[in-house]
This record gives sequence, structure tokens and C-alpha cells, in this order.
Amino acid sequence: MKITRVEGTALPMRGDDIDTDRIMPARFLRAVTFEGLERHLFEDERTGSVADGRATSEHPFDDPRYKGASILLVNRNFGCGSSREHAPQGLNRLGIRAVIGESFSEIFFGNSLIIGMPCVTASPVDVRQLMDRVEKQPEAVLRVDLQAGTCEVEGFRCQVDIPSHARDALVAGTWDTTGLLLDRYGEVDAVAATLPYISGF
Amino acid sequence: MGKTLLQKVWDLHTVRTLPTGQTQLFVGLHLIHEVTTPQAFDALRARGWKVARPDRTFATVDHIIPTRERTRPFLDVLAEDMIAALERNTRDYGIRLAGLNDDRQGIVHVIGPELGLTQPGMTIACGDSHTSTHGAFGAVAFGIGTSQVRDVLASQCLAMEPLKVRRIRVEGKLPAGVYAKDVVLTIIQRLGVSGGVGYAYEYAGDAIERMTMDERMTICNMSIEGGARVGYVNPDQTTFDYLEGRPFAPAGAAFTRAKAWWSSIASDRDARYDDDIVIRGEELTPVVTWGVNPGQSIAVTGRIPSPRESGTEAQAVTDALGYMGLESGQPIAGLRVDVAFIGSCTNSRLSDLREAARIVRGRHVAPHVTALVVPGSASVKRAAESEGLDEIFREAGFEWRGAGCSMCLGMNPDKLEGNQVCASSSNRNFKGRQGSPTGRTLLMSPAMVAAAALAGEVTDVRNLVAEPVAGGLQ
Repeated sequence: MKITRVEGTALPMRGDDIDTDRIMPARFLRAVTFEGLERHLFEDERTGSVADGRATSEHPFDDPRYKGASILLVNRNFGCGSSREHAPQGLNRLGIRAVIGESFSEIFFGNSLIIGMPCVTASPVDVRQLMDRVEKQPEAVLRVDLQAGTCEVEGFRCQVDIPSHARDALVAGTWDTTGLLLDRYGEVDAVAATLPYISGF
Repeated sequence: MGKTLLQKVWDLHTVRTLPTGQTQLFVGLHLIHEVTTPQAFDALRARGWKVARPDRTFATVDHIIPTRERTRPFLDVLAEDMIAALERNTRDYGIRLAGLNDDRQGIVHVIGPELGLTQPGMTIACGDSHTSTHGAFGAVAFGIGTSQVRDVLASQCLAMEPLKVRRIRVEGKLPAGVYAKDVVLTIIQRLGVSGGVGYAYEYAGDAIERMTMDERMTICNMSIEGGARVGYVNPDQTTFDYLEGRPFAPAGAAFTRAKAWWSSIASDRDARYDDDIVIRGEELTPVVTWGVNPGQSIAVTGRIPSPRESGTEAQAVTDALGYMGLESGQPIAGLRVDVAFIGSCTNSRLSDLREAARIVRGRHVAPHVTALVVPGSASVKRAAESEGLDEIFREAGFEWRGAGCSMCLGMNPDKLEGNQVCASSSNRNFKGRQGSPTGRTLLMSPAMVAAAALAGEVTDVRNLVAEPVAGGLQ
């Protein structure tokens, strides 16, 4: 699937250094599939019974105004810590199709890319603008254009960036890398054969 | 112009440049465990792929397993399912497994090195962010997610972007009572939890060169807490001495040839670094975290910071103080602890246990403290028991457990309860990390955890290690 644009309402999740233990507490990694992870996002900081949808907290993920959002707005170093793919999987299964933030942890970025969920960066000022606007007007639709490198929302437009390799992979639909890596497997064997530790020195 | 170890290893493992501009990198060793692999194997089955190099793949169980009652089937059905899935997957695909009752079982980042699987010059991947540990040997080792585990299983390769290299030189002698853990916590505090994003950290300097492999592993382990996915130390005689005689290390003439190659992949003297910083070892002190990320730490003699003095971090400090139930200006020493945990891939190796045992010997854990020691591997456990360390810990009032990740991460029966405060030798003090949504973690060296267990509160271990520490610090 080629991903060039993501459109939809947004969910602002403020705070720097939000780690993947917060996004998806470890006890929900105790399953052999990713199914149902969307029900446990940020569970430890949301009050009430989250699983049956009756949560009543102030948490953005409980706020009915942001229900159905497809773009997550975050601040600095989002997704740091554990390499658990369960964090982006949970977000994606909730319906998040892109994340806009000041910066991302490398592992979270890669785990998101490989499931086709772009993480794009914007300046701190622009991220604040987007968050403020969405909080005032939760029904506003954001339009992220990966090729143009822009995000637009009703009268506001800002630059968003994504490394060229990630943009190219998303736009070309080659973000699911396994096929690509298997493409010329002969070359893999050739490289392995040159490594002394593979041949036992 | 010379090259860094990272550049050399990267170049040697590059298969090709992918159409996206990423590097297709060959993975020399793939370590797998029960928690981040079942979905990857399912994806393999669904697409009809086989495992490309079962001979370069090694599995163990660590994250989800109980450390006390280990009879199968586990009482915890989910844990039983995950272990059974790994057993089935490794059997179906011909992958070696150090299972629950195997004498090689243990935390994946403890057993890779002790079996000699981890070697200089390799690329190493594992579905766990603390894979950076293996960089202590001069390997380029990084944590990956489950879809990337699938990529490595299917192709023995990853699609990667190049990293910059920041050299961090630790120079000078560390004072008694200051450990590798204090060094790395200080580095993270100074450079920030996202300071290493986009970088590999090369740890160098005479303090690092004097360190044992166990200590170097502690440092490299926590690279990721500073945002650096990769951390490494150039291989040297200490590395070679550690590896000689290990089950999967080359032997005889092959070992001699291996040493020559391992030496050749170390960073050149005239290598260019993207950044270069120096930390003075003699200025360091024992460090304790007070907040909710590993960068929020202070000297054990220090006071909790205030939001007002924290500039742009004011909001983060306020938030952390609220979660931790702490007041600005309060000394960290004297803070009451409920639980003391010695374990995790950061600090559960034999030298860590020896140093903690040296402190608790002949003393007793404070009555209100629950204290446990969880060796990093079955092999560490056996070695510690043969030295009588288990008896020292038991007599002091510690529980002595079986090997696993235990209370580091709240995925098995070992968890904090309510808002308990835990002095922990692990690597993350994130909110809820140790299994209770309101649990409070204080990261510190294993010796400091031992001291806190005895005192029942955070205390300066230097008061207990007056005599020079020959083995423990070297």
C-alpha cells in the first residue's frame, strides 16, 4: 500500500519523553498476538474501566472529543525506552495513521514505519500551534502530505519532515521490508561468506 | 583518515543500498526470547517463509518466566502460552533454545556474552532495546521491534540508516563506591535521555579501559536510556581474555586468528567522530534517580531539584515530583525504601552479586524491606552459589531467586504493589515500569541497592566501602 497523505482529526498527547511502558504497559505484552492492544493504550494513567469504554478521566485518550482521531500529536522524544512494537501496534489499531511530533525515539520510529504509520517531525512552535488548534477545535481535519512535507489545518499550514528513506518507502509502498530484503538473497550469502566469524576464522 | 569501529563493522556487513537509500545490513547474531517473537513467527508461517539462518539464531526465555515457582505448566496461562509458543517455534524452525530448565538459560543479554555467542565485530540484533549491552565486546548491537524480528528471521538482514558516532571518554580513577552504573547514569543525566538519538556511543578513556567486561556491559546496556540505540567499547585484551574458553568462542589456532581480526575492527587512532566529550572519573559520585526517566538523577548527597531551577524542564520536574511523592529540596539520602531489587540485564552478573554480597555480609535487611536477588543467568546463579553468595544474601534477609528479568519490568509475578518505593539495580524508572501503576523506582548501583536494603532508606554506600575495593571496581 502506498502512503502519501494522511487526513483526519487529531489527538493531542502533551509531554516530553513519553516512554513505551506508558504507552503500552508490559503486562499487555503477555500475548502471542497484537490483537486488542488498542484497548490498553496508556491504561495505567487512565482511570475507570478502560477496557469496556467507561473511562471518565481527563486523559486525552479518554476524551470523547478526540474519538476517531487518525493523527496523534506529541512533543519531544516520543516512544523512548523499550523496543516493544506493541506501542505503535496499539496506536495503529486504535486508528492512528500518522504521528506528528517534535522528535521520536529511533526504535519507535522504525517500528511505526514498518507497519506503515509515518512519524513526522515539526518544529516545537508548530507542534504547539497544532495542539492548541486541535484542543480548541477537535473536529478540525488535519492534512499531512508526505511528498510536499506539509501539514494543513483550516487556515494554518506548517512544514513537516520525515527522513527521505522513510518518505520514499511509504510513498512507494515498500515500508514492509521483508520482501525487499529477500529480493537478492544471493548477495546476503556472499557477504556472510566474507565474515571470518561465520566461517569459524 | 581512519574509521571508527562502527563504520568498519557497518561496511563489512553491508549487503547493498536499498532503493529507499537504507542500508541492507547482514545480522551476524540474532538473539530471540519469548515476548517479542510469536507474532514474527506467525508472520513467517503466513507468508510461507523459512528462517534464513537458524545457525545464527539463539533463543532463551527470560522476560515472562517466574523466578520463584518454576514448575510447568505455569499458573499464569498467558506465560505458559508464550513459553510454549517459543518452544514450538524454535523446534519447527530448528533454532537452538536455552529453555527454562537448560543450564544455559538466563537473561538474553547475560547469556549471549557468557556463552561466547557475542563477539567483537559482529552485528547483533534482538527484539529488546537493551541489546546495546553486547556492544561491550565491540559488536554493533541494537534493539529491534517484532516486525524487524520477522525481517531478520526471514532474511538475516535489516534495513537500517547509518548512525553518527559520539565518543564519550571517561578519564581518571573512579573513587571507591562509584561503579559503572554511576558512570552511565551520570552520562545520561548530562547528555539527556534523547541526547543520543541518531548516534552510536563509543565509550573510551582510561576508566573504561580499566573496566571488566561486566562493567562495560553495564555501561553499554544503558546507552538506549540516553537515546543511543547502539553503544560500544573497542575490543582489547580484557575482551579477549573474557572470551577465551567460552563455549561458542573460537578455540586454539582459530582463537589466535580471531584476536587479530577483532583487533583490526577497533576504531583507528585517527578516526573522525561526529562528537567527542570527556567525563572526569575522579569527580563522580554514587548516583540515584529521583524521577521518572533515567536522566533524572542526582548524587546520593544531593537534594531533589525544584521546577523553578529547572528551566525548560520545569513541567517535567513537577510531573515527576508528583508521581514520586517527593518535595523539592528534600535530600535523597534518607528516603525510605520498601523493596530492594538486585537483578536485570544491567546489573545481575557475578561481579555485581559479589560486590553486593560484600556489603551485606554479616548485616541484615531492615525489617520493613522486601529484598531480592535475581541472578542474570543459571550460570551466574551456580557460580554465586559455589562461592556461598546465596548464603550471605539469605542470612542477610534477601530472597534468592532463579534467573530472569524479574522485577525490572512488570511482566512476571515479581512486581511492586501500590506506591511502594524500590531501590533497584535495573535500568528504567518509568512510571509503572515495575508492575504497579503507582510504583516508584530509584535506580542505583547494586552496591547502593544493598546498602539501601540494610538501612531501609537511600544511603551513601561509600560509608560501607571504606576499605579499597580491588575486585569490585576493577
